[in-house]
Amino acid sequence: MMERVPLALAAALLLSLAACGGGSGGEDAAAGPSTDPAGEELTGTLTVFAAASLTDVFTELGERLEQENPGLSVQFSFAGSSALATQITQGAPADVFASANPPQMAVVADAGLAAGDPEVVTTNVLEIAVPAGNPAGVSGLADFAREDLALALCAAEVPCGAASQQVFEAAGVDAAPDTLEEDVRAALTKVELGEVDAALVYASDVAAAGDAVEGIAFPEAEDAVNDYPIAVLAGAPNPAAAEAFVELVASGAGQQALADAGFRAP
Amino acid sequence: MRRRRETGVPAPLLVPAAVAVAFLVLPLAGLLVRTPWADLPAQLAEPAVGQALRLSLVSATLATGVSLLLGVPLAWVLARSRARGRSVLRALVTVPLVLPPVVGGVALFLVLGRQGIVGRWLDEAFGVTIPFTTTAVVIAETFVAMPFLVISVEGALRAADTRFEDAAATLGADRWTTFRRVTLPLVAPGVAAGAVLCWARALGEFGATITFAGNFPGTTQTMPLAVYLELQSDPPAAIVLSVLLLAVSLGTLLLLRDRWLTRSGAAA
Amino acid sequence: MTLTAAVEVPRGAFTVALDVAVAPGEVLAVLGPNGAGKSTLLRVLAGLLPPDGGRVAVGDDVWDDVAAGVHVPAHERRLGMVFQDHLLFPHLSVTENVAFGLRTRGVRRAEARAAARGWLARVGLGEMGDRRPAQLSGGQAQRAALARALVGDPAVLLLDEPLSALDARTRLTVRAELRHHLADYPGSTVLVTHDPVDAMALADRVVVVEDGRVVQEGTPAEVSRHPRTDYVARLVGLSLLPGTAEGTGVRLDGGGRVAVAEAASGPVFVAVRPESVALYLARPEGSPRNVWPARLVSATPHGATVRCELDGEVPLVADVTATAFAELGLAPGVAVWATVKASEVAVYAR
Repeated sequence: MMERVPLALAAALLLSLAACGGGSGGEDAAAGPSTDPAGEELTGTLTVFAAASLTDVFTELGERLEQENPGLSVQFSFAGSSALATQITQGAPADVFASANPPQMAVVADAGLAAGDPEVVTTNVLEIAVPAGNPAGVSGLADFAREDLALALCAAEVPCGAASQQVFEAAGVDAAPDTLEEDVRAALTKVELGEVDAALVYASDVAAAGDAVEGIAFPEAEDAVNDYPIAVLAGAPNPAAAEAFVELVASGAGQQALADAGFRAP
Repeated sequence: MRRRRETGVPAPLLVPAAVAVAFLVLPLAGLLVRTPWADLPAQLAEPAVGQALRLSLVSATLATGVSLLLGVPLAWVLARSRARGRSVLRALVTVPLVLPPVVGGVALFLVLGRQGIVGRWLDEAFGVTIPFTTTAVVIAETFVAMPFLVISVEGALRAADTRFEDAAATLGADRWTTFRRVTLPLVAPGVAAGAVLCWARALGEFGATITFAGNFPGTTQTMPLAVYLELQSDPPAAIVLSVLLLAVSLGTLLLLRDRWLTRSGAAA
Repeated sequence: MTLTAAVEVPRGAFTVALDVAVAPGEVLAVLGPNGAGKSTLLRVLAGLLPPDGGRVAVGDDVWDDVAAGVHVPAHERRLGMVFQDHLLFPHLSVTENVAFGLRTRGVRRAEARAAARGWLARVGLGEMGDRRPAQLSGGQAQRAALARALVGDPAVLLLDEPLSALDARTRLTVRAELRHHLADYPGSTVLVTHDPVDAMALADRVVVVEDGRVVQEGTPAEVSRHPRTDYVARLVGLSLLPGTAEGTGVRLDGGGRVAVAEAASGPVFVAVRPESVALYLARPEGSPRNVWPARLVSATPHGATVRCELDGEVPLVADVTATAFAELGLAPGVAVWATVKASEVAVYAR
C-alpha cells in the first residue's frame, strides 16, 4: 500500500510534466495531441495503464511506437490491475488500459469508461517457480501438498492467487502453503532468496525473473488460463495514438514480443 | 505543575498548528466518511478478522516487550557510557527508521532466513526456521519499531539529572541497583512514551512483516496485511478493517494513557 | 579512624591539589569561593571522581591510591553525603529515601524502615515519612537528606553546601540543628561551603581553598584573627563568640556582655565583623552600649588596613586603616577601648 502511493503520485507528476512538454514535436504546443486521420504521424502524449506483468513487453512496444512517430511520447503506469482500475474510475487521464484479468477490466467497462469492447490480446499460464538448481527437487503441482517444503502462493485476493486456487481444485491437490503473498513480485523475491522451495506464479514472471529462478511447466495450468484484455478508454485524451498502440500489441510484432516474455497467444 | 495560561496562542503558531491538525485529521475523516458502516457488523463477525486483529495486538505487544527488554539497556549505553564509537552506534540504531520496511524484511531474510547467516545455522543445529512464523512477525515488528523506543528513552536519560545517580552511589547502590531503583523510575515517563510509540509502529507495520513473515491467516496475517489484501479485491471492506484497527489502537492508547495519568497523578 | 586525603585532579585552568586530614568526631570546613575546587575534593572523597594522583584513606582502609592502582567505587565506601539541593529521590517516600542506603547494603525491609523512621524522628520529621520529597519544605527536605546520609553509620560524612539552597530564615534553624547532629556524630565530617558563617559556626577546623590550593588552615578563630592573605582576611574576619541571649543582651560564655539590636533568647553566637569595630586610646564620650577595654595582641597589615587581634573579656578582631593605626600609635601590648554599635552585631542561634 505504502509503495503504491508514491507510485501513483509519480505517475500523476509524470502526466502533468508530459502534458507540458507534449507539444515539443508538433507545430503548436497549446493545441495538444493531433487527431489526424490514419496514416498521418501521431503526436502528443499517449498514457497507458498496464498490469505490472506487462512492464517489459509494453515498454519495448512503446519505444517502437515512439520511434515510428517522433512526435509521440508514450507514458506508462504499471501497477496491479485493481489499483489501476481504481485510478481509472477515480478519473485518472489514461488512454489505454491493459488488465491482467477480465474482472478488473469489467470494473472499468461497467463504469462506461471503455471505448468499444475490450479485446483479449494475450494470455498467461501458471508455472512453478523454484530457486536455481531446484534444491528441493520439486517436480509438479502435487509437491505443493508437501508439509516439509516452504511454499509460497499468491493470496486469493490477487489474480495469480485466484488462478492457483483453480488449478489446485481441478488437480485435487490440497495445497499447504506457508505464506500467501500479496503479489507475484513478493512471491518471486522469496524464491530468489531461497526462502521458499517453490512458488506458483505466471510463466511471464518466471521469464522476467532472471537466472536465480527456474520455471517448471505443469499440465494442470491449462485449467486456469489467464486472459489479458486491453481497451482504449472512452475519455482518452489521445484516441488515435491509443488505437495505434492496441493495434501494435495485436500485430505479429507485438505477439512475438509477448511470446518472448513468456506469454501465450489467445 | 500544570499551570493554565490565559493568554491566547500567538498567530504564527496557531496557523501552522491548525494546518497540521487539518493535514493529520482530514485523511482520517475521509476514511470515516467512506466507511460502509452497514458492513461493520458483518466484518466483525468474520472469524478471519478477529484472528488478524488478535494476532496484530499480540505480536505488537510482544514486539514492544522485546523492544523494552533490549532497547532500554541500549538506550542506557548510548546515553551513559563513554565508550568511543557511540555516535556510530547511534546512527546504526536509527537505520531501521530510514530503511524502507520491505528492504528491512529482505535484510532480515539475509540474516535469519533459511539461507541467512544465522538462520542457516539455526536450521542445521536445531531444525528451527523462523520465516513464515508468528515469531518472524514479532521479529520484523521489533526491528522496525525498537528504534522509536531507543530514541525516546535515550532522550529521557539524557534529560534526567545524573546527580541522583551520584546520590544513589553514595548510598551504597552499584550501577545496576542505581539503574533499577533510581534511573528507571526517574525516566519512566520517557520509557512509557517510547513504548507507546513502539507499540503503535509495530501495530501498523506492513512492509517488513509481509516480506519476512509472509502472509498466512492465523499465523502471520496481521491487520495491515489483511487490509492490504482486502484492498485488492474489496476496497470498502478494506476501509472497514482500517477503521477497526484504528479504533482498537486508539482505544488501547487512551486506556493506557488514563491509567498512566491516574498513577502519576497519585504519585505527585 | 582518621580520614586522610592528598589528591590531585586537573580542573580546567588549574589543578586541584589538596591535602586534608580529619580526625574522628572532627568537622573540617573547606571554605572558598565558587570554582575553587571544593566540590571537586568532595567528589573525589566520595569516589564519584577518580583522582589523577594521590591517596585517600580512612584509617587502614585505602579508598584511592593512584600509585598502587586502587580505586574503591563510591558504592563500596562507607560514607554519607548531603548535597546542596537534597537530591531526595522524587519517586520514593521520605521513609524509603532514608531507608535506601540500608536496603542497598542488604538490611531487610522492615528493619531498614524502622531505622529510617528512628532517624526521621531525630531530625524532627517523624510525621513526614509517608510524604513524597516534593511535599516537603526546603528545610525539611535537607533534614531528610541528612537523615539519609547518617542512617548507615558512615565513617565519613560529606556535606556539599548543605545550607546554601535554603532561604535565610530556614538556614539559621537548619544550621543550628546541623550543629547538634554533628556534635553527636562520631565519624569524620568534611563540610564544603562558601559561607564563612557556616564554617565558623559548624567547623572545628577550617581550610581556606583558593584556585585549587589550601591557602590557610587552622581553627576558625585562628584563621579569622591571623588571615594570611587579603582574600582570607576579607572572607573570614568574622568574630564568632558563644553566649546566652536574654532579650537585647547576650552574656558571653567567656564573660562580658554584648548589647544587640534584635531580641533573642537561649544559646547563641554573637558575630561581629572587623570593620564595624572602632578602637580608641581613651574611653569614648557619649558612652555607647558596647564598649570594652582590651589589649592589642597582634597586628597584621593587609593593603590599606591593619587587622588587629584584641584580647579582653570580649575577644575581637578589628580592621583599622593604616593611617589611623599610625596616628593612634598602636603596637602590640597597647591598651585600647573597643566599641561596636548594637545594630552591627549579628546573633545566630546555636
